[in-house]
Amino acid sequence: MSTWNDPPGGFHPISAPDYLPREQLGVIQLQRLQSVVTRAFDRVPLFRTRMEERGLAPASVASLDDIVALPFTVKADLRDTYPFGLFASPTEEIVRLHASSGTTGKPIVVAYTQADLDVWTEVMVRSFVACGIHRGDVIQNAYGYGLFTGGLGAHYGGEALGATVIPISGGNTERQLMVMADFGVTAICCTPSYFLHLLESAKDTKTDFSKLRVGVFGAEPWSDSMRERIQDESGIRAHDIYGLSEIIGPGVGIECVERRGLHIFEDHFYPEIIDPDSGEVLPEGAEGELVLTTLSKQAMPLIRYRTRDITALVSEKCACGRTLRRIRRIGRRSDDMFIIRGVNVFPSQVETALLRVEGTLPHYQIILTREKGLDQMEVKVEVTPEFFSDEIRKLEALQHQLEASIENILGIRVKVTLAQPRSLARSEGKARRVSDLRSI
Amino acid sequence: MKLQQLSLFLENKPGVLREPCEALAAAGIDLLTMSLADTTQFGILRFIVRDPIRAKQVLEDAGMVVRMTEVVPVEVENRPGGLARALAAIEAAGLGVEYMYDFGAASRGGKAAIVFRFEDPDAALAALEAAGVKVLTGEEILPR
Repeated sequence: MSTWNDPPGGFHPISAPDYLPREQLGVIQLQRLQSVVTRAFDRVPLFRTRMEERGLAPASVASLDDIVALPFTVKADLRDTYPFGLFASPTEEIVRLHASSGTTGKPIVVAYTQADLDVWTEVMVRSFVACGIHRGDVIQNAYGYGLFTGGLGAHYGGEALGATVIPISGGNTERQLMVMADFGVTAICCTPSYFLHLLESAKDTKTDFSKLRVGVFGAEPWSDSMRERIQDESGIRAHDIYGLSEIIGPGVGIECVERRGLHIFEDHFYPEIIDPDSGEVLPEGAEGELVLTTLSKQAMPLIRYRTRDITALVSEKCACGRTLRRIRRIGRRSDDMFIIRGVNVFPSQVETALLRVEGTLPHYQIILTREKGLDQMEVKVEVTPEFFSDEIRKLEALQHQLEASIENILGIRVKVTLAQPRSLARSEGKARRVSDLRSI
Repeated sequence: MKLQQLSLFLENKPGVLREPCEALAAAGIDLLTMSLADTTQFGILRFIVRDPIRAKQVLEDAGMVVRMTEVVPVEVENRPGGLARALAAIEAAGLGVEYMYDFGAASRGGKAAIVFRFEDPDAALAALEAAGVKVLTGEEILPR
């Protein structure tokens, strides 16, 4: 069996762009930027209007530095143009739709042409290669399959690499452990918190996972201390993978074996770091909000998309030899969105759900915890005079209505607890609605 | 006659029972009887005072959510089988009982007082009287 791609010494031809001299990479980036700006200008009315308001045309982009003059795209734009308003390809050319949660009840829809899927598969192969995964590896893909991009993204990348992919999807821990042991799994893709849960269960059931070598973990924030715990307890190498549906899905960035920041596949995704308040581009190395431009997307090109993820760009050369710049691991966001079990949640979605039941917005607080490796979300809702009944069964019915309403919008189960009036903390100015107690 | 009972929502944590009691004490309000309904997550304190409107104001001023509910005080024989006989009459009248509790301060002369919360207090009053169950009046239950 060939292990030609496992470090040290391995190289996969598809990873060639990872090692391009910066100058040549810049030439490719400019060509692609000009082409994608033209495409968006010609086909997406929202983008064209914003360009024209600024007196800009595609020809205004003469160098990569000119990108700073282009208008930003934000998540609200996807919501406002729901479902297909930002598409730059006719339906006949679109071969896949995915969706992720938005700020109100409606999801955000993203589209792919065949060429877009090919790019996605390519960056996923390059991601796996960077993690030292190769032909002959058995990948247990425990990301959810469905509208969420995690499952299918990793699936096609793994197959294109030539690895054996087990499309087990998320959940059912017992079956995951049986497959891991019996099928000789060597690599796993899932959220880091779910992997910790698998580890704990494996200890209880004495499951043999001695063949497992690499984990590709993403879809939620996690820290270096959590990586140490995973590696110490399992003996595997844990990699952080970055992506977002709006840009393509997983595979926007990946940690190589050095694991000192995530390489961004800059030939497809152009990164900038801005001051989230002023929108000004920050100097190299400064911490700010990551902005990404899809250089090669056809169906839904996004120009200067504000990710709301806070990080910094690292341009020092990486010991792995890749010339691709890296971003520091993402620890926080510039808005109040949080990620739970791979689902993007905005407090405003919870507000919508509470409003639907009560008619007026009660004071509330969201508490995130991690139990047995699984993220839990609790919503504390203050009892209002309108909704206080002196009968237990009516209060319990209210509790269940609130839970059902939130689950209906977010698609995940949450626990609602009723709190005494004025018992939840108030802060001056912007209320801190989310208390994240997960030890990430 | 019907009585106005006050109810308070209480979270399941230390101090929640003391706070309303202290607020009432500071206003010189005496609790005549009370009952605590509890679940694993929260509780409801139900109580009767002489001046429910003032007590409600005192508690609301202290930031609490108070509900006023009509309950019916019923007299039963203070001996084995006394309550059972009253309940049989209530059952025969087809009345739904939400909850009930003892009103010890209003017991006297071999008679006990029980507070009932019925689904429909007005229908209950009429049915109880028709069934010969004595409903107490304000003068009878409020201590002099």
